Amino acid sequence: MNLQLDDQGRLRHFLDIAGLPRDVLINIMDTAEKFSGVTEQAVKKVPLLRGKTIVNVFFENSTRTRTTFELAAKRLSADVLNLNISTSSASKGETLLDTLANLQAMHSDMFVVRHEDSGTAEFIARHVPPHVAVINAGDGRHAHPTQAMLDMFTIRRHKGSDFGRLRVAIVGDIMHSRVARSQIHALNTLLTGEVRVIAPRTLLPGNVREALGVHVFHRPEEGLRDVDVIIMLRLQKERMSGALLPSEHEYFQYWGLTQERLALAAPDAIVMHPGPINRGVEIDSVVADGDQSVILEQVTHGIAVRMAVMAMSMRSSGTEGAA
Amino acid sequence: MSDDNPAQTHQIGADVGLVLDSMTTALRGLCAQRHIQAPILIGIHTGGVWVAERLHARLGIEDPLGSLDISFYRDDFTRAGMHPQVHPSNIPVSLDNRHLILVDDVLFTGRTIRAAMNELFDHGRPASVTLAVLVDRGGRELPIQADVVGLRIALDAGEQIKLTGPAPLQLLRQGAAP
Repeated sequence: MNLQLDDQGRLRHFLDIAGLPRDVLINIMDTAEKFSGVTEQAVKKVPLLRGKTIVNVFFENSTRTRTTFELAAKRLSADVLNLNISTSSASKGETLLDTLANLQAMHSDMFVVRHEDSGTAEFIARHVPPHVAVINAGDGRHAHPTQAMLDMFTIRRHKGSDFGRLRVAIVGDIMHSRVARSQIHALNTLLTGEVRVIAPRTLLPGNVREALGVHVFHRPEEGLRDVDVIIMLRLQKERMSGALLPSEHEYFQYWGLTQERLALAAPDAIVMHPGPINRGVEIDSVVADGDQSVILEQVTHGIAVRMAVMAMSMRSSGTEGAA
Repeated sequence: MSDDNPAQTHQIGADVGLVLDSMTTALRGLCAQRHIQAPILIGIHTGGVWVAERLHARLGIEDPLGSLDISFYRDDFTRAGMHPQVHPSNIPVSLDNRHLILVDDVLFTGRTIRAAMNELFDHGRPASVTLAVLVDRGGRELPIQADVVGLRIALDAGEQIKLTGPAPLQLLRQGAAP
């Protein structure tokens, strides 16, 4: 049984792109399209989740993801609680399930979970009562499905809904990136024409070609040729100390997205980045701020996409007999 | 719409075009009486938009037609969850201080109109809202009445009325035995 879908194929929890059918991904984007209009209203919210309580449970720091989840919940009129667990209970020795039991005792309807360990959101989803929905806001190196869906939404806005004619390149630290993994699953599910990953050998899982069905390149000069979408990944600086990379300067020299490298892509290619960007490491400032960059649009779209996922997975009290 | 028993579904005799003509005349009269100039027409998805398109052309209104999808304003989310298919609402001009004509196909409980008015007021503060419906089938659960009604049809319990379109527009009555 798919933990993420109910018996009618509707979203139940949102944990991972893998395992979700194409029509659910398309439905998320269609719903997000409608929610993006809410921002243009004089009153920038809708009463859909009035009376529901959403708890952002973040065991790992994040500003952008937490604030866009918070804003999305508020635009749906839900009550929102933000919990930064690393600074509270966990440091006092409370177990994950004890923390959850306490949150459930507050009559929460939805948990938005971020954790440094892969599989945490799914673990929680298996232990919550039937009326509670769980959304994965990033778990370890495993998945970051709302980021992937806001990226798909951004691509669709610029390139249309036929992903079959698109070449998409993901550049950077594939090995440690839950974003890249979720993006690749989403692009494959949406039947993208060609998905390329461009990465140093030290930052690429050995079986990525077989496991994820992507084309592998080790030089941006080869991989960026004629692509319609370039997704740059953030280089986490802590990787530098693990002997995987020589230096920031050298990374930029060989892998950084410069105007010259961007010119190899299709003339109307868009440049994306999940943020926060390291200027002068994985991307040149001129490119990040240039006409082809849609990096700030991604942030805006993140709110509408998260509203869609929350509204679609929120349990109604009429289903499954849940109280 | 359920067509598995065609004997229980039959077209309503009234010519929808003639009903729209009489609604147009009534709306013109009402606007003159209330000193309403340049009203904005807004249809409710899906049938209300079809009706509003016809009225928009017949009334010769210059401002583009607006459309509302009230999915995010429904009062039954906690019971029914989110409707799987939502259309974007499209309000092309500012509603502040404008006179609106809200259009729907069938007026029944009044809950759709309540939701639509809640949504409208999140877009701005109109000067007035006039309600025009193709069919009033009775059965109100809220204190909401239309200003202009094309047809009044008293339905038996369990009966439904449905507008099919977008072209041609036809009214179908279905449900209880004929």
